[in-house]
Amino acid sequence: MNVLLPATVPEALDQLANDGTAVPIAGGTDLLVHWPVRVEAHERTYVDLSRLDSLRPLRWTADELLLGGLTTYWDVIRDDRASQEFPLLVDAARQVGAIQIQARGTWAGNIVNASPAADGVPVLMAYDAVVVLESRRGREEVPLDRFYSGYKEMKRRPDQLVVGIRLPRRRYSYQVFEKVGARRAQAIAKVGLAITRSGAGWRVVAASVAPTIRRCPAVERLLETGTPIASPEALRPALAQDVAPIDDIRSSAQYRTHVMARVLYHDLRDFWGKRA
Amino acid sequence: MKRREALAKLTGRERYVDDLPLQDFLWGMTVRSPAPRGRVTATRFGKDVDWSQFVVVDHRDIPGPNVVALIEQDQPVLAADYVRHVHEPVLLLAHPSRDSVRRAVRAVDVVIAPESPALDFRIAPAPDQIQYGPDNVLKHLQIVKGDVERALAQAPVVVSGTYETGAQEHVYLETQGMIAYLEGDVLVVKGSMQCPYYVLKALQQALARDETKVRVIQTPTGGGFGGKEEFPSHIALHAALLALKSGRPVKLIYDRGEDMAATTKRHPARVRHRTGLSRDGRLLAQDIEVVIDGGAYVTLSPVVLSRAIIHAAGPYACDHVRITGRAMFTNAVPFGAFRGFGAPQSQFAGERHMDVIARTLGVDAVELRRINLLRDGQTTATGQAIRDGTDRLAVLERALELSRYREKQPEHAAFNATHTTLRRGSGLSTFYHGAGFTGGGEVALKSRLRVAGRPDGGVEVLSANIEMGQGTLTVFTELAATRLGLEPEDVTIAEADTSRVPNSGPTVASRTTMIVGGLIERAADDLRRRVGLDDTARGGTVKQAIRRWHREHPGEPLLGEAAYEKPPGIAWDDKTYRGDAYGAFAWAAYVAEVEVDLRTCATRVIDFVAVQEVGKVLNPTLARGQVQGGVVQGIGWALMEECKWRDGAMANNQLTNYLIPTSDDVPSVRVAFLENPYPHGAGGAKGLGELPIDGPAPAILNAVARATGADPRAIPLTPEKLMELVDGQASVGAQHAAPLR
Amino acid sequence: MLRPFGRRMAALSVSFTLNGSPVTVEIDPAHRLLDTLRYQLALTGTKEGCGEGECGACTVYLDGLPVNSCLIPTYQVRGHRVETIESLDPGALEPFERCGATQCGACTPGVVMTAWWIREHVELLRTHSIRELMAGNLCRCTGYDGIIDSVEEALGERGRGKGEG
Repeated sequence: MNVLLPATVPEALDQLANDGTAVPIAGGTDLLVHWPVRVEAHERTYVDLSRLDSLRPLRWTADELLLGGLTTYWDVIRDDRASQEFPLLVDAARQVGAIQIQARGTWAGNIVNASPAADGVPVLMAYDAVVVLESRRGREEVPLDRFYSGYKEMKRRPDQLVVGIRLPRRRYSYQVFEKVGARRAQAIAKVGLAITRSGAGWRVVAASVAPTIRRCPAVERLLETGTPIASPEALRPALAQDVAPIDDIRSSAQYRTHVMARVLYHDLRDFWGKRA
Repeated sequence: MKRREALAKLTGRERYVDDLPLQDFLWGMTVRSPAPRGRVTATRFGKDVDWSQFVVVDHRDIPGPNVVALIEQDQPVLAADYVRHVHEPVLLLAHPSRDSVRRAVRAVDVVIAPESPALDFRIAPAPDQIQYGPDNVLKHLQIVKGDVERALAQAPVVVSGTYETGAQEHVYLETQGMIAYLEGDVLVVKGSMQCPYYVLKALQQALARDETKVRVIQTPTGGGFGGKEEFPSHIALHAALLALKSGRPVKLIYDRGEDMAATTKRHPARVRHRTGLSRDGRLLAQDIEVVIDGGAYVTLSPVVLSRAIIHAAGPYACDHVRITGRAMFTNAVPFGAFRGFGAPQSQFAGERHMDVIARTLGVDAVELRRINLLRDGQTTATGQAIRDGTDRLAVLERALELSRYREKQPEHAAFNATHTTLRRGSGLSTFYHGAGFTGGGEVALKSRLRVAGRPDGGVEVLSANIEMGQGTLTVFTELAATRLGLEPEDVTIAEADTSRVPNSGPTVASRTTMIVGGLIERAADDLRRRVGLDDTARGGTVKQAIRRWHREHPGEPLLGEAAYEKPPGIAWDDKTYRGDAYGAFAWAAYVAEVEVDLRTCATRVIDFVAVQEVGKVLNPTLARGQVQGGVVQGIGWALMEECKWRDGAMANNQLTNYLIPTSDDVPSVRVAFLENPYPHGAGGAKGLGELPIDGPAPAILNAVARATGADPRAIPLTPEKLMELVDGQASVGAQHAAPLR
Repeated sequence: MLRPFGRRMAALSVSFTLNGSPVTVEIDPAHRLLDTLRYQLALTGTKEGCGEGECGACTVYLDGLPVNSCLIPTYQVRGHRVETIESLDPGALEPFERCGATQCGACTPGVVMTAWWIREHVELLRTHSIRELMAGNLCRCTGYDGIIDSVEEALGERGRGKGEG
């Protein structure tokens, strides 16, 4: 096993550029799971990001909340302004594992782990987050809702590092995050939903019901157009266009579909049939 | 008295087997079968490994018979030509580097010529799947009282139902592990275990060593719950074989995934009831069939089945009862002891069935229990007359009172009418648990214990019963101190080391306080007599007499002894399965209040009341802790602990995917005790450890049924399963589709 | 240490503050902080319960926050502050003894680390419940009441001015 210990971001970018197989490691809460028995993982080269202190802080500007490449869930939970303006971030962060994970897990790490069941990604996506990537070739910014192209496939080149996540500051007239897990804490989502409404429109983001976390354009259209929806069943055609849940070790496709329909229907009961 | 070893545990100073310093040792690991059944045609060692660096052990290295001693001699230490379940141990490896031995295990290929496995205990095996007897029945038992067929035929109402319980994984927070080394020509095995003498016997037999050449020492044990009753013998043998072959100390610690996949679990069960009643709810006939999945070896299935059927009819009076039990062979990883040992399974069925009866008859669920709960003088299914003087109705009443069961009914109705997606309800269960070994079992154990007088005037308790969190060290200290009028500081509890302590029996069956504690009391009395005192002598008088004895007998041990004696008036017939199954039963009534979110069909337990009569509560904090811990295990088993199977082995063998409750998933468990001292239990106590896990699951399902109108019949009642029921509003008597294994 | 293939892994030197004192260890880069604490530094109070960050038995403080040491590569603690169960004052743990916080003890060091941290950050209870904050520490024996009661007792004593520090 090889581990590289860059002291600065440019040094890290050099290392990633020189070795396309190198794996950046931040909080380690995904990469180190079952580490001793995953002997193949020991054969790789890791680039340790933990000393890149400039990436840790989150910053507020007049127009944005800028999460750093190493900002943790706990950093956001402790930020008073985040609770006010981006409450879904705090809701989601509080439901990631428990304190021990929240203290180490990073939002950027959640994005690049690319799990379809991720907790951070849905709320970031519902807030129109933009992923900021750096490499020796320069900076690139990709809206999070266009970041994933397939199961565990994303628009990050091996030489790129996520150095920030930009969230536009907006007034939201409605926002909710629902994580349906098998227990209240320390659970992987069977279904995740992040929903926001602002001047920019409706965002309905679903987790664990498709190969990637994604927006649900058909459902969003129902909301934007004020289509009346009288029951969870009436949402099924739109859901069939937007998501494709599967049976896996945690739950079933049938359950996921039912739950998504019900949660959407009930959470948005005040909005169906009402145009903006 | 506070828990004796609490500070050591709180500060991290208590040392478990993997914490012990060990010099110059090898890490051991197990190579296992990849298939559920078949002939071992080859074991291939990978080319990229320098095998000369490794110790390799197979079945040929076993000096004695290749058998792990238990009830039947059917389970090998290491598979030789044939495997009967996935993860069956085939080879052992050891190396100084843990990482190296992990890699090496992956580099061994065990090649199996597969044969057709039997993987569903509920269906009759195909002819080519018969692997035990003529029909894969490991054990068949029956209890008969009266004439159940006639009584059913004559009953005004008959209510039937089928109920299922899933396996349960122990998830003791300390995984299993052993250390083995030679001290001269004595093999020493140390580790996490409930029964040092079971391990000793297994080592003696398979290693062909006599008892002077083997020494077993229990190390502080981080949870057991039955999972460390019989399984440790396997790991002890494995570590020992590696130590004997290499001449070096060997440490063998299971990581969590291996522990979950390869060790025993609670027996899955299916229970069918056919119950005849009068129209007002009096039990007239109970016809019950219990089937449990034993997995690929006998292990303890016959005894689990025994306890399951003895408790199957519930704490009720009924003149006509027939309970038939079968333990089935399948090619699953063998099932084994888990707190409750068959009683949780059969009482889940019985208590859910009581509510199904109540609903069918239109009788109140509480009234149904009240009518039928055993009164003194009435007999159980095995014909045991209950005369303990416990007011079982008072137990029920106290639970109803503390839970506000009746008051909450209209509150729930109002809540349910005004909430679109939430439903609340309460459910109850009344149940019992017999403590100690069944029938003649305690007599057969021939438990012995000593209390030694120390030269400084204090005493040392010498027993094979161990502390695994349930409070043995503290209760034993209290009992010895109280009996002799000493301070707790004057009492030591010897390490459970088979070279020093007599065989006081295994730490199982809720027997440790009640029965072994009783031996402490009698051994203390014997000690007193040996120093010339009568039974009234206490405190300083006792200490002085002990010190004087030692001055008069320098270098000699002063030992008070006790051997188990059956309480008077207990008679059990193992052939007819009739008589006094247990010396004492503890009685309980539990009430669960739940809230179901109809959007997700997730069930939350929002209040839980646990009332029980356990003779005498010797230590309130410890007793309360036992109840609360057992209840939360029961909540997990009822709602979220689901074993997912592939080829008869656990596919979800990680804590991410096998979920036990966190602190945020359970309410505060409110506990109350009623007391009715049991004359033959230490300090008046009855066994308590397992009772609490018998009651939660049916109480919870009864609550969910009342909250939602659904009719669940199986656990775990996951949100997925509840959603199917709620959506389908399945009718009474429906069964679940058999999940593929 | 030798792997079967005969290659020696390059050791890394890691310096950090451990329980208030500076320490430097030569480690295998593949080691987790849990491995270094338990097997190299003989600090066996921190336990391994699952290896996947679910059970919390391996909880230590990293720069004052509770973390799962089974998920931290040791090389990441260079220059940081680590505190283990061995650094807590036994004299301050009386509420945990009295209220039944421990039974078998396997989860206990992790539980005590998180519980003590809560006690030292009382302001968190404005937004979090004790049960939510303890949810990363699984216990199979107590059913959690003994633990929650102990934390409440410890908080109460702090309020009454006992056991500061």
